[in-house]
Amino acid sequence: MKKWYKTIKELYGPLLIVEGVENAKFEDLVEVETQDGEIRKGRVLEARDDRAVVQMFDTTSGIDIKNSKASFLGKTLKLGVSELMLGRVFNGFGDVMDGGEEIIPEKELDINGFPLNPYMREFPEDFIQTGVSTIDVMNTLVQGQKLPIFSVAGLPHSKLAAQIVRQSKVIKEGKVDSNFAIVFGAIGITFEESQFFINEFKKTGALFKTVMFINLANDPVIERITLPRLALTTAEYLAYEKNMNVLVVLTDITNYCNSLREVSAARKEVPGRRSYPGYMYTDLASLYERAGKVDGSTGSITQLPILTMPEGDKTHPIPDLTGYITEGQIVLAPELEKKGINPPVAVLASLSRLMNKGIGEGKTREDHSGVANQLFAGYAKGRELRELAQILGESSLSEDDRKFVQFVDAFEKEFVNQGYENDRSIEESLNLGWKLLAMLPEKELKRVKKEHIEKYMNK
Amino acid sequence: MTGKIVKISGPLVVAENIPSARLYDVVKVGNEKLTGEIIEIRDNRAWIQVYEETSGVSVGEEVETTGEPLSVELGPGLLKSIYDGIQRPLEEISKKGGIFITRGINVPALNRDKKWDFVPTVKKGDKVQQGDILGEVQETNLISHKIMVPPNVSGEILEVKSGKYTVDEIVAIIDYDGKKIEVKMYQKWPIRKPRAYKQKFVPTKPLITGQRVFDTFFPLTKGGVAAIPGPFGSGKSVSQQQIAKWCDAQIIVYIGCGERGNEMTDVLKEFPELKDPNSGDPLMERTILIANTSNMPIAAREASIYTGITIAEYFRDMGLDVALMADSTSRWAEALREISGRLEEMPGEEGYPAYLTSRIAEFYERAGRVSPLGNKSNEGSVTVIGAVSPPGGDLSEPVSQGTLQVTKVFWALDSSLAYARHYPAINWLNSYSRYDDVVEKFYDLEVNPEFSQLRRQSLELLQKEAELLEIIRIVGMDSLSVKDRLILDVAKSLREDYLQQFAFDPIDTYTSLNKQYYMLKAIITFYEIAVQIAETSDEFDIEELLDLPVKEEIVGMKLVPESEISKIESLSKKITKELMKFKPEKDVTEADQPDYYRVIRDLDDEI
Repeated sequence: MKKWYKTIKELYGPLLIVEGVENAKFEDLVEVETQDGEIRKGRVLEARDDRAVVQMFDTTSGIDIKNSKASFLGKTLKLGVSELMLGRVFNGFGDVMDGGEEIIPEKELDINGFPLNPYMREFPEDFIQTGVSTIDVMNTLVQGQKLPIFSVAGLPHSKLAAQIVRQSKVIKEGKVDSNFAIVFGAIGITFEESQFFINEFKKTGALFKTVMFINLANDPVIERITLPRLALTTAEYLAYEKNMNVLVVLTDITNYCNSLREVSAARKEVPGRRSYPGYMYTDLASLYERAGKVDGSTGSITQLPILTMPEGDKTHPIPDLTGYITEGQIVLAPELEKKGINPPVAVLASLSRLMNKGIGEGKTREDHSGVANQLFAGYAKGRELRELAQILGESSLSEDDRKFVQFVDAFEKEFVNQGYENDRSIEESLNLGWKLLAMLPEKELKRVKKEHIEKYMNK
Repeated sequence: MTGKIVKISGPLVVAENIPSARLYDVVKVGNEKLTGEIIEIRDNRAWIQVYEETSGVSVGEEVETTGEPLSVELGPGLLKSIYDGIQRPLEEISKKGGIFITRGINVPALNRDKKWDFVPTVKKGDKVQQGDILGEVQETNLISHKIMVPPNVSGEILEVKSGKYTVDEIVAIIDYDGKKIEVKMYQKWPIRKPRAYKQKFVPTKPLITGQRVFDTFFPLTKGGVAAIPGPFGSGKSVSQQQIAKWCDAQIIVYIGCGERGNEMTDVLKEFPELKDPNSGDPLMERTILIANTSNMPIAAREASIYTGITIAEYFRDMGLDVALMADSTSRWAEALREISGRLEEMPGEEGYPAYLTSRIAEFYERAGRVSPLGNKSNEGSVTVIGAVSPPGGDLSEPVSQGTLQVTKVFWALDSSLAYARHYPAINWLNSYSRYDDVVEKFYDLEVNPEFSQLRRQSLELLQKEAELLEIIRIVGMDSLSVKDRLILDVAKSLREDYLQQFAFDPIDTYTSLNKQYYMLKAIITFYEIAVQIAETSDEFDIEELLDLPVKEEIVGMKLVPESEISKIESLSKKITKELMKFKPEKDVTEADQPDYYRVIRDLDDEI
């Protein structure tokens, strides 16, 4: 028998306060029946004496608190999961959105999940070939990694993400691993953007391997807080129980953080930097840390969150906190895009922390680490010299220095600028790297081994 | 009689009428008996931080006190363990809970079934006092674990056993003023209370890490404290791990405080494979890991650094040198902030509680070199290396500032160096060590009398390089004199061939002090002699000089194994010899004969 409380006392923003509640549970699910008999859902954010602060997932507009009632369901938000979710579309509350049948769940899982026991984790070290040279050679992605794309509004990050999703493959013992799934979480993005992704998944025939959770820009803001948790709960189920290699794409984390801020402000919490809540690090970690590989399962969760840096500022709390949690970042640069270089990956600012374990003989190729380091060093030096030349003129550079400047230009034009349809194998990418390195004076090639120069250069 | 929950807000729970509730006592919260700690008491209400996830806990559930403060178990079985922030063994938890850490799991920190071979060092009738060694357990190949008389106990030994016992069995009985005290192999100690010692001393010996930039330029001492702040992606964790792997402390306590799960796994999988450079045994045998990853409960994160340092102090009390790495203290401070916010305390700077700086200072003050209690002749030390993760890399924030006030070594990580893949990305211009004079004395005595002079000269050259680069930026390379060119060359060599150290290369990952000295000597010798040539002649081709084949050998020095160290040792002489072909044609009188002729004479004598 459901007990209905007609004691809703306050309503502001997404929050609702119910009084006279007996034994309110923290994070308990709440149903609110409005004066028109409509049911809306929420959860308990704080329980104090007989007062419960409830955060509504749906909009709170149109609720007449005098004539509405609330009921506490005595359970936390759970998601019914099943393999049948593949190929289906859900909203930020886990309801079916594609007009198809309801999913009969195999089991129900708490959407907050539990922290993975560090003792049971496996270290991610299986190379994922994305077909993008700047990632494969210089910021290698491995299975179980969380590697965000730091972008700026207006840059083609969606195209890059789609390209990665389309081209990614794990090659084990000469065979392409096909036991993969994609979980796509659209957080407050536009209809057009979400359609772009859906079409991309269709194009590659990956749609039936994709679970989509979609919250569009005009959908309830608060659903954006639960949406990534639903996506990750699904991913954990597919990875650890069904042994699939799951790639999770979440876009746009900036919208997620803004929703957090909205709730925090409504709760009148002490704001942190740029008025984001002080616990945002912990909150983001509870999403990003749900990536990895574990002992006892051949599956993995690889995360590719996308965020747009407000004003392109990397020290803004969203990219800053993300960078501290994730294992590197792929940074996109507007100035490259303006030069017509696509995908506009800012190689120097990008980083993959797990790269060292995923490359080399038996994984990619023996010369990989040397080539990557040499390209980095050459590009860093060349860019400095190019700036110098802009101030003092080309003539101020020595002959060797000029070679570096030529290298930088060629590197951007050929290596970075591969386009969104070009799928390069790791060998192709490395060979292209060698071709470019040949432009540099040989005595400057300190990061590559001599025997590799003989073996690979000009081949 | 038990207390009742009246409020739940994230990790903070308020309960009413808990019988005999005391501040900092551990309580069991709710039906699932989640572990919590009382952090504030007002009237009949107690504010409790809960070390586990609280979702689903409801108002009205019961709270019981255990009557004990939050403590750790100290005894055989600590080494090679991986614990969470409140010393729950993660390996045992995985046996119960699978891949996830579920709630309400209670497992003792030390294994109660494992038998240890206890070898007594006292006999019946001996008079002992607190901290005295009763016996030893060879816990791992590397460490002999000393079983000590518990705190605040002294008297005559009535009985002492020998043989295989578990930590929970009695190994000795002490007559303490007529009371029979039964001593087991483990003791408990509250984590928020520093362990006692006889006397504290100023640190004098370096903590040798095998990392050139640290050992040579910005050394840390045994018992010292260092801060390593840096923006993300600048290699903080790799630097910390390198020190954990190679430093010459006997015990390593590594606290992953609010950091990445995969990083802890890396440490966990890698340490058993790495060998101690001195003994050849796995490094894990001297290591204790505390892992509270960023998605684990925040209150346990707050406790984790105290858990770690209490364990460190315990080994210090055996007369051992302990190095503790906390990665990252910023996450700990954030946990403080979050709990403070939930307590509705008045926020200080950037929302951190006003007591942040004093908490930071208290923590670092638990480091130091001491003479431990009891009959031990050895000194013990706890060295603390704290990573700080300043938001946006801005050091003016409260956690960085609070840390810099109390630490004497500052390793400034620099993201622009990291972009250029200069690792470790320690900025040589901003970093400092206030232990440099004591360490220089040590090096001059133990390694080579000219070590400190080479070190100072190198730092000066790097400083000059920075000034010259400024000039070049304005007026270009043409304005430089030959001497300036040489400075740029030696500084480049110092940066690329000395400071840069590749952590993932099996040889370059560790450099002994002797090798460091010879490497530095070779680089500086090249510069010195080149300068002397430049002073006596103006007709040589500087390009040719800087391209000498011997330069290749300077580049290759870091990859020369320790077993072939003589190659580097002899390099300085080879450099001198090669540079000789640039010697001026004209005759030189004995009086203005520069140094290098003497070197050559010596060299010829030897050959």
